[in-house]
Amino acid sequence: MGKVKKKVKLIKIDPDKCNGCRACELICSAFHATPKYSSNNPARARIRMIYEPLKDIYLPVYAGEYTAATCMGRNKYIIDGKEYGECAFCRASCPARDAFKEPDSGLPLKCDMCEDDPAQEVPLCVKWCITDALTYEEVEEEVEEDVALTEMEIGLKALVDKYGLDNMVDGIARLSQKG
Amino acid sequence: MRYAETGYNLEIDLSRGNIEKVETDPRLAELHLGGLGTNAKLLWDRVPPEVEPFSPDNLLIFAAGLLCGTPAPGANRTIVSTISPQTLYMAFSMMGGFFAPELKYAGYDKVIIRGKSPNLVYLWINNDKVEIRDASHLRGKGAVETAELIRQELQEPNAQVAAIGLAGENRVFMASIEHARSSASRLGIGAVMGDKGLKAVAVRGTRDINLARPADLINFCHDILRYIPERDSKPVPGVMPILAGLGSPKEMLIHDEQWHTENFMWGNARTRLKDYWTKDVEEKWKETQESVRTRLISCYNCPMKCGAIISVPGISTYMMKCFSKLTYTMGAYSDLDFGFRIAQRATEYGVDGFSTPQVMAFALELLEAGILTDADFPGMPADNEGRFYWLLDHIVRREGIGDILADGVYWAARKIGKGAEAYDHNTIKKHEQLPLKLSMLNPIYFLMWATGEKVNITQIEGNFPQAPFPTREEREEFVKDWIHVPHERMKEYFLNWELRGENAFPFYPPIDATCEIVDWQETMHYIDDALGLCAGLSSFPLKPPYHIHNLPTLIGAAAGIDLDKDELWKIAKRNRTMVRAVNVRRGLRRKDDCPPEDHWKKRFPELEAQLLDAYYTLKGFNRDGVPTKESLHDLSMDYISEEFERRGILNNGQSEEES
Repeated sequence: MGKVKKKVKLIKIDPDKCNGCRACELICSAFHATPKYSSNNPARARIRMIYEPLKDIYLPVYAGEYTAATCMGRNKYIIDGKEYGECAFCRASCPARDAFKEPDSGLPLKCDMCEDDPAQEVPLCVKWCITDALTYEEVEEEVEEDVALTEMEIGLKALVDKYGLDNMVDGIARLSQKG
Repeated sequence: MRYAETGYNLEIDLSRGNIEKVETDPRLAELHLGGLGTNAKLLWDRVPPEVEPFSPDNLLIFAAGLLCGTPAPGANRTIVSTISPQTLYMAFSMMGGFFAPELKYAGYDKVIIRGKSPNLVYLWINNDKVEIRDASHLRGKGAVETAELIRQELQEPNAQVAAIGLAGENRVFMASIEHARSSASRLGIGAVMGDKGLKAVAVRGTRDINLARPADLINFCHDILRYIPERDSKPVPGVMPILAGLGSPKEMLIHDEQWHTENFMWGNARTRLKDYWTKDVEEKWKETQESVRTRLISCYNCPMKCGAIISVPGISTYMMKCFSKLTYTMGAYSDLDFGFRIAQRATEYGVDGFSTPQVMAFALELLEAGILTDADFPGMPADNEGRFYWLLDHIVRREGIGDILADGVYWAARKIGKGAEAYDHNTIKKHEQLPLKLSMLNPIYFLMWATGEKVNITQIEGNFPQAPFPTREEREEFVKDWIHVPHERMKEYFLNWELRGENAFPFYPPIDATCEIVDWQETMHYIDDALGLCAGLSSFPLKPPYHIHNLPTLIGAAAGIDLDKDELWKIAKRNRTMVRAVNVRRGLRRKDDCPPEDHWKKRFPELEAQLLDAYYTLKGFNRDGVPTKESLHDLSMDYISEEFERRGILNNGQSEEES
């Protein structure tokens, strides 16, 4: 496998510039509504404000991967004299909290950088953050070339995730013996 | 499907503990939009004039404006309406923050509260689940503290809370309702909440708000978001710093307070300190402000940073907006450090930052004049700042003289007697006003002070410059991109307006032009208050992003209500007339449309009478300030003139006085 250049999109978060208006949550939920923009509901947003005004904590966080289990999550970070729980910086849709889940179904939400149809030049949360707490950057990175999985492999991988590789190998061996 | 609005109100009867979700008539949105408009309609329909402010039959309405919870930037206002214990007329204080959008996401346009709870309670609205919960453990707690305790108790960090402090519990007429960085302060609505035994309303919503024409609406919003930084990068030259840009006055950002400190009156609206703003003061105040201001903050979905987190070493952090940093400072002839300190206590107590310092300064004037004596102030410290803390503590607890002062300057003066009435020199309709005393009568401001039904100048002034620009060149420059005017005549009125000579106060602008200028500014405020738009992006600043020409597009795209500029104007007129009608039924007449006698040194009684006549005619009121049968018919509100006739307020369309 060779190295390839890949365009990486990133959002820079400057909490000191955040004014806590939550426009990012609003426009995110509107963009991902069906039909587009037809409704809005910050509880569906894939970006959340971690928000404690009296402690001056203003932290926008993006939804990342789903996780089936909670972590220990007991560390505290003290930054500029402000205490943040570990969950504050975590992007996971996780059983320990309500954030990043569809409020009706509980299904996990994940930021897609507004690449949904039609793909936006800039993620809309960034566009709506005119106080510049969120800014957008594209960088080029050299990464290992990805080998795309076939459809069958994707299916097998899901089975491996669920039952473990050993069980899968045993099962396939038994199936092949039966002819 | 209902667009922008949810189509449901929450009806709470605190006497019986009853909770109902009631569908509303969609036609009401077409007639009144929402917010203030539909609040006034509810008070007309359900609170007859016989109902006293502290009666269980008085309603306390928390309303989200029509556009709250839509993507329209700055649409976040909660309009709280009731009958004021101080003025005995309709009170509609408003607040920004996050409450109104959250209420919409929970599925309601309004919370309508009637009755009285026998015990202190709070209301918890979590989508369809609504509970009246015990609040006895919150008695006496500060308003900010209460919000925090409720969020912890519910384990719901995202709940938005509106709460009263001790002042509201004790039915102090200056009691506010505090929420996040905002408060609904004016006209004693916190006292009505306290009277109902309601400590707080907490709300959490995770439902959708639907939009009629989503793509159009988002494009519209993108235009607004482009315009805001453009406009803010071009401050209007020649006006004071807080009025040069957008937003409600950016008191938290701006240090330069020369204009306020040298033009507004100190004490009980008493003394002007013309040379106050020295280099020393400027440096000291700048340092004070920067040392306590942790962050500039906004309301929901708004890029303007009109509020701030304030952390004064040694006292609890709180949030502040706008002018309250100066009201205590100037009421006490003290400095900004004192202002920031006492405002923290005042915010927890939940009192109106406009009225309260004036009431305290009024009490000290009476002491100095010998009308009150030291015996009325037992244990009051001798130092100036200490006296203000003492007074604040006694007012919110209604202890001793504080019990009398807690009703505000007007009522306190009458209760104290012995000539105290003469010191009540800054109230309109029994409510304390901005401490301004000027020289030459300003016809525009005369009408606004006199007739503003919200009894608060900042809720009617706005889009037209407050003073003429010195040269014609400057004026021509100003009108170049003044697309906001309702008609081209407005530009002419401004262009011909001079500082001195024939085209200056008091006889310029001419009477009809004055009425049109007032009507435009007032109309924009009434539109905002129905839509829940912040005046700071619309009716208050010069050249705002929202104006009479683009608002119809916004309303159509969001709510699916298609109207043109004239139809929108008519709705605002209908709402303004409705508020007038509620008050007229409670006794308001021409004699009450009256600014304080010493507001200007040079008064022109004949001109003032002509101005009032012309304004009433334009608004469709008779000479006594009562909406006429014809104008009510034109506004599809015949039911009001019918009731006016039943009550003898209008006889065959004429008011008592005329017939």
